[in-house]
Amino acid sequence: MSKRFRGGVEAIKDVTLAVEPGEFVVLVGPSGCGKSTLLRMIAGLEEVSSGRILIGEKDVTAQLPQQRDVAMVFQSYALYPRMTVRGNIGFGLRMRGVPKEERRRRVDEVAQVLGLEHLLDRRPAALSGGQRQRVAMGRAIVREPQIFLMDEPLSNLDAKLRVSMRAQLTLLHKRLGVTTVYVTHDQTEAMTLGQRVAVLRDGVLQQVDTPQRLFRHPVNLFVAAFIGSPSMNFVHATVQDGAASFAGVRVPLPPDSSLAGADRPVIVGVRPTSLSLASGNGQPELPVTPAIVEDLGDERYVIFDVDAPRVDTEATRAAVDAQAADDALLVPLDRATFTARLPAGTPVSVGSPITVALDPARLHFFDPATGAALE
Amino acid sequence: MTTSGAPPRIRSRWWPYVATVRYIVLFALVCLFLIPVYVLVVTAMKDPAQVSPSQMWQLPDSLSLDTFADVWPVLEPGFRNSVLMAVPASIISSLLGAANGFVLAKWRFPGADVVFPLILFGMFIPYQAILIPMRELLTDWNLVGGLSGLILVHIIYGLPITTLIFRSYFVTISDELIDSAQVDGAGMIRTLAFVALPIALPAFAVSVIWQFTSAWNDFLFGLVLTSTNSWPVTVALNNIAGGQVVPFHEAMASALLASIPTLLVYILMGRFFMRGLMAGALKG
Repeated sequence: MSKRFRGGVEAIKDVTLAVEPGEFVVLVGPSGCGKSTLLRMIAGLEEVSSGRILIGEKDVTAQLPQQRDVAMVFQSYALYPRMTVRGNIGFGLRMRGVPKEERRRRVDEVAQVLGLEHLLDRRPAALSGGQRQRVAMGRAIVREPQIFLMDEPLSNLDAKLRVSMRAQLTLLHKRLGVTTVYVTHDQTEAMTLGQRVAVLRDGVLQQVDTPQRLFRHPVNLFVAAFIGSPSMNFVHATVQDGAASFAGVRVPLPPDSSLAGADRPVIVGVRPTSLSLASGNGQPELPVTPAIVEDLGDERYVIFDVDAPRVDTEATRAAVDAQAADDALLVPLDRATFTARLPAGTPVSVGSPITVALDPARLHFFDPATGAALE
Repeated sequence: MTTSGAPPRIRSRWWPYVATVRYIVLFALVCLFLIPVYVLVVTAMKDPAQVSPSQMWQLPDSLSLDTFADVWPVLEPGFRNSVLMAVPASIISSLLGAANGFVLAKWRFPGADVVFPLILFGMFIPYQAILIPMRELLTDWNLVGGLSGLILVHIIYGLPITTLIFRSYFVTISDELIDSAQVDGAGMIRTLAFVALPIALPAFAVSVIWQFTSAWNDFLFGLVLTSTNSWPVTVALNNIAGGQVVPFHEAMASALLASIPTLLVYILMGRFFMRGLMAGALKG
């Protein structure tokens, strides 16, 4: 199955996305990036201004939602309040003229899979949030559609339930093998659920890749800043004589790097996990003073500033705004701020200087003008 | 957790006096408001011999329901006509109003923002202004005399208000609900029938009560558009009360009888006024 799509709605700019049969693809991006619009276009709820949508080999661009073989789970669940759970789950079948007997059997089957058997005669008002969410899932599953579309289906659950539903969703997808397009603004959800993740920003597709590749090889500053928690650290640096220097550190570039012979300004990106306490193994070192230490039990986030100008581009700001506010530092600094993720036992305390080492093999380089990754 | 009952408010020490005065004033206003109802009920129950303007404030010596029995045969044909007219008029115009409101609120089409005010405009047309042309038109259509013409007029004149009621109600329901029905395979008509209308029961109750009351109470259209056999109850009532000598007890008893259906409709459907039928559709 392929779905090709070139949209011209202001919200979506020339997006081409092919989803393989049975694949779980996640659309992720900050709010207002057009991911929900894209999903609604696939469902037929929004018109396509230009371009086409193919489901299977069939062009469905001009079809109404009721003619397309898709099922959708909405953020608000959108259960029909005056129908029982059975009525809700069976509604799609009823509308498609499935005979009563078969309808009954299929609803029972799905209810069993989702553990809703004992709730079938209740109205949505008498269900808990998690149960409602499962009814919404059931309504989609029972149809056995060609594609599942999910619009932030977990965002109204509390944090614990969300994590367990996430795992159940993965299992469910394995079991049913139905092509799924899932929208979320939560990069953790995207990374854990998606076989491939499509990052959108302002209606433009930034990168479509496996979670691993997105994390290790982001194509630009935005993707780099958006994917990963805590976010990647950025700093302005200069490349000269086969090494990048910033804040008094000189990081030698691998000899095969395309930047090795260059002489130019760059933005260096460092994952919090690429930083460690210096152990004198020859890695470039950086003397710093921790400003904040966040103890998370089995790891510590150490936040410090670096004697180099802060990277403040539109891309990084958009990405950081999209993250939960806890990632954003409230203190406006003109100097770059780094977060290092260190093991729990690491002896650090606020105010006492330490030396951190950078792993030169795990640095990312970006063009300061365009934000594109330099590999 | 929400606790029931507000925390005790802090009152000034004058509060008991303020409260007393307030209730006295309110009670006086209620009495003023109920005086006509008192006279109506009391006169209808009196023995015909006791009915006169000079004794209108007195309570009846003995309760008598004879007057009701006397006027009922006179009132009954009009009563039946009114039921036959007001029930379809209120239900059909509510259904059409629901369809209008649904399309204007949830199934938007280009120009919806022009069409809606135009429909509302119908509310502000004075009936007197269109009475004669309407009668002419209905005469051409052979609809004058019977009840069908009157029903048609009440349906059409009900549309602005029923459309407004349903549109206001439907804009409050979630778009995702409608989207969901579409993805589930329902087109416009079935989305309206299976998803939107069941949710709109409170609006339906409001609309039916409103329409039934105004159709039942209408006098002008009933008089102008029907012939003797099809006179609604309001015209029959007028015939009882409109003679040279007004038999007060009969007029009052008829008025009481004529007001029962609207009261009944309110009592039966009023409970749907309660909100909360939407509960459970969304996260909450």
